[in-house]
Amino acid sequence: MTDIAPPAPPSRLLSLLRQIGTTVFTLLVTFIGLLAVTFVISRVVPIDPIMSILGERATNAQIEETREKLGLNEPLWVQFGIYVGNTLQGDLGTSIRTREPVLDEVATRFPATLELATLATLLGVLVGVPAGVIAATKPGSFFDQFVRLVALMGYSMPIFWLGLMGLLLFYGHLGWVGGPGRLDASYQMMMEFELTQYTGMIMVDTALNGRWDMFANAFSHIILPASLLAYISMAYISRMTRSFMMNELGQEYITTARVKGMPERRVIWVHALKNVMVPLITVIALSYAYLLEGAVLTETIFAWPGLGSYITDALLVADMPAVLGGTVVVGLAYIGLNMLSDLLYKLVDPRARV
Amino acid sequence: MSALILWLRDPNPQSRGQARLGQAYLNWLRLRRNPLAVIGLAIAVALVFIAIFAPLLAPHDPITQELSRRLLPPGTPGNILGTDDFGRDILSRILYGSRITLYIVLLVILTAPVVGLLIGTVAGYFGGWTDTILMRITDIFLAFPKLILALALVAVLGPGMENAVLAIALTSWPPYARVARAETLTVRNADYIAAVKLQGAGAVRVIWGHVMPMCLPSVIIRVTLDMAGVILIAAGLGFLGLGVQPPLPEWGLMISAGRKFLFEQWWVATMPGLAIFIVSLGFNLLGDGLRDVLDPKSASK
Repeated sequence: MTDIAPPAPPSRLLSLLRQIGTTVFTLLVTFIGLLAVTFVISRVVPIDPIMSILGERATNAQIEETREKLGLNEPLWVQFGIYVGNTLQGDLGTSIRTREPVLDEVATRFPATLELATLATLLGVLVGVPAGVIAATKPGSFFDQFVRLVALMGYSMPIFWLGLMGLLLFYGHLGWVGGPGRLDASYQMMMEFELTQYTGMIMVDTALNGRWDMFANAFSHIILPASLLAYISMAYISRMTRSFMMNELGQEYITTARVKGMPERRVIWVHALKNVMVPLITVIALSYAYLLEGAVLTETIFAWPGLGSYITDALLVADMPAVLGGTVVVGLAYIGLNMLSDLLYKLVDPRARV
Repeated sequence: MSALILWLRDPNPQSRGQARLGQAYLNWLRLRRNPLAVIGLAIAVALVFIAIFAPLLAPHDPITQELSRRLLPPGTPGNILGTDDFGRDILSRILYGSRITLYIVLLVILTAPVVGLLIGTVAGYFGGWTDTILMRITDIFLAFPKLILALALVAVLGPGMENAVLAIALTSWPPYARVARAETLTVRNADYIAAVKLQGAGAVRVIWGHVMPMCLPSVIIRVTLDMAGVILIAAGLGFLGLGVQPPLPEWGLMISAGRKFLFEQWWVATMPGLAIFIVSLGFNLLGDGLRDVLDPKSASK
């Protein structure tokens, strides 16, 4: 906004508030829908929740008492209400395996996934956006075909296999990176005692503590899984950037800028890219959300103690509260990111604010 | 041959069949110009061919164990791609594994798009509350991360091929519903629909006979593009031990078995992964090319 623009009339603020209101309402409806799905899943499970708590030698009176306490004698819709209420209060149930509240466990695991997905998205954007822009400026060129092929290969890659191949090459043969896990074993011990944990994200925490040796070690561990995930998100981001950019370069204002004699570099990287950034926000948010999920298999390969490996570990021992709790958290992050990108979109692009 | 081509290119087709075949021929000509798409098509055709003739092509039985020949490296006479920890020929297992992959893909693409098509056309045709409710449900499923939902479903249903298919199908219908709804909205008020209605056709007949066919092309494009995704998710489930169970030669499962000795006997995990990669790359290339051919909006680029 420049000084010449008139002050925003109050109606615009109102409409923005209404937008936010609608978005929050949709978020709520979608979230309840998500809970409905996990609720249905949890009721279909062949495992009797009573048995898993009391064991098989419980008396009938004990069983009846527990049924009453868990609300299992209520009609289904009341049970669903209890479930929604509990979830909204942060009660995701108790893990069968560890007897710990699922929320606490998820909270300790989440930063690891967040750290991985964030670094991967950053790398994916740094490579994907320029690659897409250059490909769009020379459609059909060798570079364009190359980016297209590399991106399609990214779409086709089984991420768990790529992870194994990465480990084989860069860890096993070349020894360039740290192996599975977030730190070397020796540093792992140190971390527990010598590090003040501010965020749970090791790179951030080590930097804040000034432990640069540990930071370097953490970096050598995260760089491989992050790069592999970045490749997948780069594939998506570069393709979308290319198509947005192609669209933008056909617009009349671009022709005008060129006719005025503006250097081509400025036309592309300043004028066109500025407008491309708007839809790109959505794409980047989507790929970020996707990485939160795509991390499931990657975390399994790299023994990364995040949310994804939490869910798969729980799956293997049929710890359903943990599986569903993890699912709800990932789903919520997913919905939240989608909504956020929607709101950002409307904030950045006035045309979308109708 | 040339008579056939002339017949196909006849600008005044004598029958509906001739017109359709002629259109298909033109599409084929356009697809042929894209070398990457032709490679994709070749890979897809090869997959079907290998799946059908696996017993003839495979040098060994995929399941029988031969412990004296375990973990032989690639290039061993008789075992070109090496053997796994039970002495089974990896090449034979990959060839037979194509059957499982194809089976899963076919089951998913025969169910998910149909469900999506049904929900999308009904929502688009009736509009109003039906539309709102159906699309809200679709959005909820779209909001779920696909792999995680499939994982949770398989956890409940129990591991196994059929349950994996069910879980994948249940997570893949929403995009089809969206596409079908969008197409339905564009034809809903067309004159020909009004004409059919005036003849007394009911909603079922209009949707089934006159709306759905219009949605098919865009759904087919999506199906081709989705196949690679289905293969990857199925392999991922297999890798986690939640899909196809041993000793069946499912590719994801084979990678998971080779993971134990990745650093010593690299080929056990590497080879099946290459197969997954090549097949899903094939479907992606084909889908990408088909979209350029069938979708007039992107054809000019």
